[in-house]
Amino acid sequence: MSFQVVTPYSLDEALGALASGEKLVPLAGATDLMVYMEAGTLAPCRFLNLQELDELKPTLSVNGSLTLGAMTTYRDVRVSPIREQFPMLAWAAREVGALAIQSRGTWAGNVANASPAADGVPALMAYDAEIDLWSKKERRRVPLAKFYRGYKEMDRRPDELIAALHLPLPQPGWVDYYRKVGTRRFQAISKTLLAGRILLDADRAVRDIRMVFASIAPYTLRAVQTEAIVRGRELTPEVIEEAAQAIQDEIHPIDDIRSTETYRRRVTSNLVRDFLSL
Amino acid sequence: MMRVSFTVNGKDHEVAAPPMKRLLDVLRDDLALTGVKEGCGEGECGACTVVMDGLLVLSCLVPICQVEGKHVTTIEGLAASGHLHTVQKAFLENGGAQCGICTPGMILSAAYYLDHPDEARDIREALAGNQCRCTGYTRIFESIKAASS
Repeated sequence: MSFQVVTPYSLDEALGALASGEKLVPLAGATDLMVYMEAGTLAPCRFLNLQELDELKPTLSVNGSLTLGAMTTYRDVRVSPIREQFPMLAWAAREVGALAIQSRGTWAGNVANASPAADGVPALMAYDAEIDLWSKKERRRVPLAKFYRGYKEMDRRPDELIAALHLPLPQPGWVDYYRKVGTRRFQAISKTLLAGRILLDADRAVRDIRMVFASIAPYTLRAVQTEAIVRGRELTPEVIEEAAQAIQDEIHPIDDIRSTETYRRRVTSNLVRDFLSL
Repeated sequence: MMRVSFTVNGKDHEVAAPPMKRLLDVLRDDLALTGVKEGCGEGECGACTVVMDGLLVLSCLVPICQVEGKHVTTIEGLAASGHLHTVQKAFLENGGAQCGICTPGMILSAAYYLDHPDEARDIREALAGNQCRCTGYTRIFESIKAASS
């Protein structure tokens, strides 16, 4: 059996096909799925080609929040003025791969692929992104930070399609931080990564904070316990050190082809120190 | 099998192919455009770079079912007028090519960068997705600098 494709031309048709009970694999920019296919790690299946669906077209619209249509690519964000308000999205897009990957790969695809080493997902999560999941039965919206449950396990039913991502507009004063540690500057998958955002009071106490990590857990991890340790406190060297230690209890790095648990633990604490020493 | 219509280097084509056949294979096997090369086949090396609807893409990661109605440019199309592109000339004059496998992708990425200088901070970033195993890159970067001046 080989790989087949269904190309729906309306959302009704797409959601109908997903509701039929047959397992369909949504196909957006194909930059991950073609690799799995070629490597032989994807069992023969039918793809649902999303390219012709008007409702999912690449869009960046601001209406109280930023909405990214499911087919919005990394390049769409990098060349949009929206990068002024969401600088970390542009930084993350740059890390994903070559320009030729950025022009095809989609943010929603990065979410659905659910790699613990995703570069786009940590930035989205640090911006409190929410996901629109549409099916024939219902339309629901879930926070990205609660979307993952295990390695490649997520809160998406087989009949649901990721239709869009929503990001609340950042209030003035937030400072963004995005640092990926890989083998090289470009074209490398992360060994560890921190996407951080912080809002300080006039007296430099932490009013609010987001700390999201890649490659140190089975899925993109928002470190809520470490965030809680610094929230409301002044960023003294002692508090920073406390956070750098606390993150150790929250992450679950492994030894694999790209790095070791020891290295990942050490560098992840260093990233926390670097971020909080702004 | 499905029928897909698209243009390559300004010429209309219709091919019959399995829907997930790689654009790379359609270009090389069905259309005999062997300027596009296969390096890694997994989106890392840039040897199969082509331009689709004005954007750089890796043809090993583009299924033909998503090429319907698109406009593709390969290295063969860059000198379609009979005159070499500035970047091609610069590669010739500065020794930017050795074995030649990465060269079509390098040249297309470089030409894209010269047309869209705001999309990368420098030549290194613009060509980060194109690997060369011969030159050590210096002659390639010198070629592109020459083309841009």
